Formats: sequence, C-alpha cells, structure tokens
Amino acid sequence: MNIITNPKKLRGFERYVKVDNVSRRSILKGLGLAGGFVLAAPVMSRPGLAAYKTGAGEMPHGTVVDPRVFVAIAPDGIVTIVAHRAEMGTGVRTSLPMIVAEEMEADWSRVRVQQAHGDEVKFGNQDTDGSRSTRHYLMPMRQIGASARTMLETAAANRWGVPATEVKAVNHEVVHSASGRRIGFGDLAADAAKQSVPSVEGLKLKDPKDFRYLGKGQISMVDLRDITVGTARYGADVRLPGMKYAVIARPPVTGGKVASFDGAAAMKVSGVEKVMEVKGWPWPSKFQPLGGVAVIARNTGAAIKGRDALKIVWDDGANGKYESVAYRAQLEEAARKPGLVVRKEGDVEAALKGADKVIVGEYYLPHLAHVAMEPPAAVADVKGDKAEIWGPVQSAGGTREDVAKTLGIPQENVTVNVTLLGGGFGRKSKCDFAIEAALLSKELGAPVKVQWTREDDVRNGFLHTVSVERIEAGLDKNGKVTAWRHRSVAPSIASTFAAGAVHQAPFELGMGLVDMPFEIANVQCENPEAAAHTRIGWFRSVSNIPRAFAVQSMVAELALATKRDPKDMLLELIGSPRIVKLDSVKDLWNYGEPYESYPIDTARLRKVVELVAEKGGWGRSVPKGHGLGIAAHRSFVSYIATIVEVAVDDKGKLTVPRVDTAIDCGTFVNPERIQSQIEGTAIMGLSLAKHGAITFKDGKVQQGNFDDFPVIRMDESPAVTNVYIVPPGPDTPPSGVGEPGVPPFAPALINAIFAATGKRIRALPIGKQLEA
Amino acid sequence: MITLKINGQQKNWDGDPDLPLLWFLRDEAGLTGTKYGCGQALCGACTVIVDKQAVRACITSVSDVVGREVTTIEGLHPTGDHAVQKAWRQLNVPQCGFCQVGQIMQAAALLLENPKPSHDQIREAMAGNICRCGCYQRIENAVHLASTGV
Repeated sequence: MNIITNPKKLRGFERYVKVDNVSRRSILKGLGLAGGFVLAAPVMSRPGLAAYKTGAGEMPHGTVVDPRVFVAIAPDGIVTIVAHRAEMGTGVRTSLPMIVAEEMEADWSRVRVQQAHGDEVKFGNQDTDGSRSTRHYLMPMRQIGASARTMLETAAANRWGVPATEVKAVNHEVVHSASGRRIGFGDLAADAAKQSVPSVEGLKLKDPKDFRYLGKGQISMVDLRDITVGTARYGADVRLPGMKYAVIARPPVTGGKVASFDGAAAMKVSGVEKVMEVKGWPWPSKFQPLGGVAVIARNTGAAIKGRDALKIVWDDGANGKYESVAYRAQLEEAARKPGLVVRKEGDVEAALKGADKVIVGEYYLPHLAHVAMEPPAAVADVKGDKAEIWGPVQSAGGTREDVAKTLGIPQENVTVNVTLLGGGFGRKSKCDFAIEAALLSKELGAPVKVQWTREDDVRNGFLHTVSVERIEAGLDKNGKVTAWRHRSVAPSIASTFAAGAVHQAPFELGMGLVDMPFEIANVQCENPEAAAHTRIGWFRSVSNIPRAFAVQSMVAELALATKRDPKDMLLELIGSPRIVKLDSVKDLWNYGEPYESYPIDTARLRKVVELVAEKGGWGRSVPKGHGLGIAAHRSFVSYIATIVEVAVDDKGKLTVPRVDTAIDCGTFVNPERIQSQIEGTAIMGLSLAKHGAITFKDGKVQQGNFDDFPVIRMDESPAVTNVYIVPPGPDTPPSGVGEPGVPPFAPALINAIFAATGKRIRALPIGKQLEA
Repeated sequence: MITLKINGQQKNWDGDPDLPLLWFLRDEAGLTGTKYGCGQALCGACTVIVDKQAVRACITSVSDVVGREVTTIEGLHPTGDHAVQKAWRQLNVPQCGFCQVGQIMQAAALLLENPKPSHDQIREAMAGNICRCGCYQRIENAVHLASTGV
C-alpha cells in the first residue's frame, strides 16, 4: 500500500529504488523477558562460517551464530530477536533482526526486537562503527535464522511423525503440505527448544528469490512510532530513583588539569548539592575522562547554572600553545618535503621531472566536531563492586571493559544497557562519558546522570583530524597522467592511544591514500610527520574525507588542464576494469576485510560513475550561475559516485538545487535505510564543506555551539537528493553504507562551484570564499 | 510556588523560577520527550508549543509560562496520531530520531498558523530545527503531506 497519492508533489521521490511506504505496526512494547521464552539457553558460542570470507572473525570476540542467544519464541507466537549492535540512525536495530526473521520465516508483525546489553562473549563483537554491521552480520544472522527455522521444522516433523524433508516453515507456521497440517511457531516453541542446534555447515539457506523482506525496503524502523510520540529512550532519558544530575567543567586544553578551584558561588545556586573535583587521566589515555570539576544538582539546569558560577584555575600543560593558523603552515611545510613512503610504483620523481606539465594541488581540511544532536550523556549506578550503566554507546562491549578496568572490578560485574543513540558519527565509540558517570556514582553512592552540554561536546570531544593533502600529477604531451605523488599530513588517531604517534596508522593510510585506484604508471604516496595537540578520533568516514576531497578535486583540475570533461577524465584515470594490485603497500588495510572477498574492483567504480552520470543527467544544460560537479570514491569497501548541482548568485550565495548519488554496496538488506543514509550524507557533506571548522587558539577550541560551528539547516539543504542503488551481482558480499556517502560530496560540490564560477576552492570550509 | 499547566495538567514548582522550562519538563516532571540539543535556542530539539506558538524550552524559564498552556510531545495527540506524527511515520522520516520531537512540534505549530504552507514556507519555518542526520528532505515532504491530508 502506497499512501503517497501524488508523489510528484513531493520532492525527491524520483528514485532508482522505489519504496513502498507500507503502513504497519511498529510499536515496540512488552520486551521484558518475563514468561515463556523457551529458546533461551545457556551461552554457547560457535564461530560463524560464511560463504564469503569477511573480517568479522578478526574483530574482538568475532561472531556468535547461535539461535538460542538471539531468538526467543513465546507460546503466543511472539518471536523476540536480539539486536546486538547499537542504533544511531542507520536502521541496524531493524535490519539485523529482519535478516533473522527472513530466514526463519517469522512474520515481521509478530517479531519484537530486544536490545542486547554489552556482552561480547555472548553476542560477538558489538562495536558499531566502520560501516560494518550488515557486512559482517548478514551471513551470521541468516545462519541464526536458518538454524531456528530448522529446529522448528524438526519439532513439527517429530510431532507429526513425518520426515523433516516433508515439512516447511512458511510465514510463522510449519506446514506439512502432503497432509495439509499446519502448526504455529508458538505451539512449536517448547519442542523446538529441545532440538539440538544444527551445524552451520549443514544449514539450508533460503533462495534469495523467496525473500519477503531482504532487499525490499518495506519495513519501517522498529523505533519509528516511539520516536514520533516521544517515548524513544536515549541516554539522557534514563531516570532512576534518587538519581543525581551532574555536569563537569573539563580542562579547556587537552592534557590540562585543575590547578585550583572555588566552588562557593556554585554551591549558592538553587538546586546545587555538591561541587567536587573528578579524576582525569594524563593525555593520551585512549577514552579515559579528562577530569575537571563536577557540579551535582537536583536537575540538569541547576547543575549547569552552578557550573557557570565555578571559579577554576587551569594548568594548561604542553598543548597550551596549539594554534590553528600556525599549525596549518606547519602541515603545509611538511607536505612540501619528502615523507615516509607508504606506496611506491615506478619512479615518480623521474616521471614528474620528465612530464610535459605538472599540476599541483594542495588541499586543506580543518578539524571537525561530530555534534550529534544528542550530546554525550550517561547514567551510572555503582554499588559496591557492581556497576550498571545506561548510555548511548556505540561499543557496548568496549564500554563494559573500560568501566570495569577504571573501577577495578571484573567485567562480569558491569552491566551496560544500550539506549538509542541520538546520532553517533564515531563520537560515541569513545565511552569517556560513561566512565565519568561511573566514577561519580561510586563517589556519591547514588545513581548519577552526566550530561554533556553542547559546548562540552564541541570543546572536549575527540575531533576529526586536520590535514593538508598535496598532490602532484605529471602529464605527458598527450594529456595522459604518468605520475602521481600524494603526500598526506595529518595528526593520527593513534595519538589518542599512545604518546608520540606522528605517522598515520595503516587504517588511516588505507582510507583513500594508498588505495587510490587510478591506472597510473608512477605512483608514490607519502606520509610526512604530524604531531597531535588535541584528542583525535574517528569521525564518520574518517580519513576518506580529506583524501576524496583532494583526489577528486585533482581529477577536475586535470580535466581543466587537458580540456576534457571531468567525468571522462575520471573514467580515464580509473582506467580499465581490473582488480587493483597494491603489492608495494605494506600492511594494506582494506577496512579489515580480506582482499579476496573485497578487492578494489575498478569495474564497480566505473559502474557507479556511469550510473550516476546517466541518472543524474551529467552534461545537461543548467541555468546561468549553475554548475555540475562529479566525484567518485571507494570506502568501507563500497563504491559511490555523486553529482552535485550548485547555484551561485552574484553575491556569492551558494545553494544546491540537486544531488544525485549512486552506490554499489553489494548485496543489501534494507534499501529504504540505504536511501536515508545517502540523503543524510549529502547534508553532512554539505555541512562540512560549507561551514565546518574547529579552530584552536591558546590550546583551546574557539567554537562552542551551533552559532559558531554551524551545520546545514533545512533552508540551506539540497532541494532534491536522488539515490540510485546498484543491484548486486549474485555473489557480491555486502559492504558499508553508513559512511561512504560523505567523502565524495565535498569534491563534487567544489567541482560544481568551479563549473559555475571558475573559482577553485582548495581549502575547506567554503565560508566566505565565494563572496570575495 | 509556581503553578504550571502542562498538557492540561497542573504542575507545581517551588525551586528556582529562572529554571529553564526544558529542565523542569525533563528532570522534574519526567517528560523526557522534549530533548536538549544546544541550550541556546539554536537547534530546536527542545521545541514545545506554548499557547499556539512554537517555543524553545531551553531559553524559556518556568516563570515565563505561568498562566499559559504548555504542550509537549506527550500531549500533542492522545494516541500519537496527530497528522504530523502520521505523516512522519508514513515517510519514514527519522534516522537517529533525537531531533524529531522538536521537528514535529515545530511542524505542528506551523500548521496551526499556516495550514497549507508552500515548500518554501516549510523550509523557512523549519530552518530553526537542526537534524544532524540530515532528514530534511523527508521532513519537508512530511510537513507537506500532513498539510494536504494524511
């Protein structure tokens, strides 16, 4: 049933994948484990076996393929499926259980989803980042569903005294078609639970042509109704009896600490109950809290008012001189000198010297803050040697481990309840806010909620790196690119884990630098040193953002230099359809995936470029002041290409009338959520390109809220974003969706601005550059 | 003692009269549907309806709403089936969902004032509500759908 009576009236409904908005129940209630869940059984982990190999087994605690851990069937037929990954808007809390329901022939309207607490031994890896959930769990979830289905079928066959081969589970019941008998899942639950769990090797998976839900996109998010009526529970929505409310004043400079403080005025604020210093860890210390002064109150408003009244003298420490303008100059200087060689093919030096023309592009991208709409918040209740945490954490298992270690108690004594995440984007992979709540609860002997204000989030987080990307490309006299040298200089995330890390880690180098897919004879990638002066962390898409910006801007610059169409230039550089060999790269990081399953396949990259060019009308005529730009990038083992149309008026005002994006993410589960992710990444890409900059002065972040760190609002957002999903080949393994949309957006936008205005922007954000 | 009227019910408050309404709602009255996003009326996550106007609860003190009708998401519609809420579900608007309550309250207030807004009017009226996930296209369409009959 499609409720949109006149889709033409709605913008952006011209889609490659048509989505039927089937209205259905999505109330998520009564998930308590009380009564009748008979498939629940003691933990028994078994390794997952997949038809294609993924990196899932290499993640901490790997995968667990056991229907007794993930599936429970009540006598009334309600099937409860555990979601063990964190929901931050990607739809994973719906998509993974849907895979189980598909294989077990459960009727989705009789499925309830239960969020797993943090327990990686029981559930397998729970670290929800890296665009990994579907890619790592499509096959394990299918196997879990198929196991449950087999157990139900065996139970029915036994009851009827017929061979198991004669019965078949169909839509929440098992049917014996020869006799016409049928029995519901609820009636079979007790018997099914007594069956042994079948071996993964012997499981018969459904034929994809029989899929009811997978790849269809008609299932709404399980939390949809709760979100629209205000009952969806995020970290800060947790309330416990006797709970105290806390905010913390943290050192404004990374590595700083409290020298002295005076809490007398804060204590006079109505509702404030206590002011206390809280423990911090010296930088770098992974995800441990920064420390500072906490204000405890009867409500958050009083705590914030109390904090405003604190008088604190800070000892800024070694990073007190961090200053963004000077640091940029330092990065640029480093990028102009040779650095650590991380990929080398041919002789780039000689090729550049012998080139007919050398085009040089130096690109700058500043720090960014995640600013998820929900600032970090967590509740902790520590009693003796036991701790319970409630929070929006991307890594429930990691949070459990870190809280246990900090409190000096066994992990088994820590329960981590995962709420919905009001956005994550990598910020909530770090559980410092949960540790803060645990430390305060222990100290106060009461449940405590720690609420980060927006200013805390902007100033005390784990920022996206800052980088200079310098590319030198040599052209021969026929306009063919014969040399490519890319130097990438940026402080590494490794600096948050270990002091003195000045080179990027393989997982950063593998994001658009050493995996550059162009067919060029002489290639050299270098990584000069850069020291960090603040906490650097994962930000959605990570190093792919600066790399795609630089590489795809350079493609357009080369097109200009050789008077070619930018799309044609891009396709020429991608070159012949082939599997890219990267023999010269030591420790190639392929998003944690084996290269045999997920090679760099230029045919797939070409395909998304060609698809978006066709659907997005590349080369169409646009009004005066408008321009089209294109960019393509492979990240998180998916392939994506974007065309942006911009309009720039005579005052330099930039608008985006249209965005078209094609994604090849292999076998997909929930196209409706893929579409929403890609729509969203256009907004996030536009935010970072147009406005995004966190800058430092005297070691301190100069921004604090959405006034000085603006993000795109509706009136600036693209008028239409169209999404095209490449239908997968029969054996194409699933790949990432949450992150790949961001990286190509900024270069496509900047290339479009060039087409519209002739201005080439090489430093982000755009800010006022078009007004000049 | 201050007496407030929230979703048709009387609520008393004997604390700081300057306490932002947001924190009274969330921490004192237990109405956690209204969200904190910025504390400075920059993001709209805390939007509630006071009388018939959309108001940012983070910069509105409890004393400001004495004698006025405060409606939060919990009181928008008895069964959660306001036209805006229904449109939101039909178009699968949310991603993470955190800002959506504020968006829905803003949209409901817009339709009180202008039952048939154009797309440009929707974009202007909703520009005070930030969605970091980037659901704007669907929000715009959902407001339009709500205004034309769900």
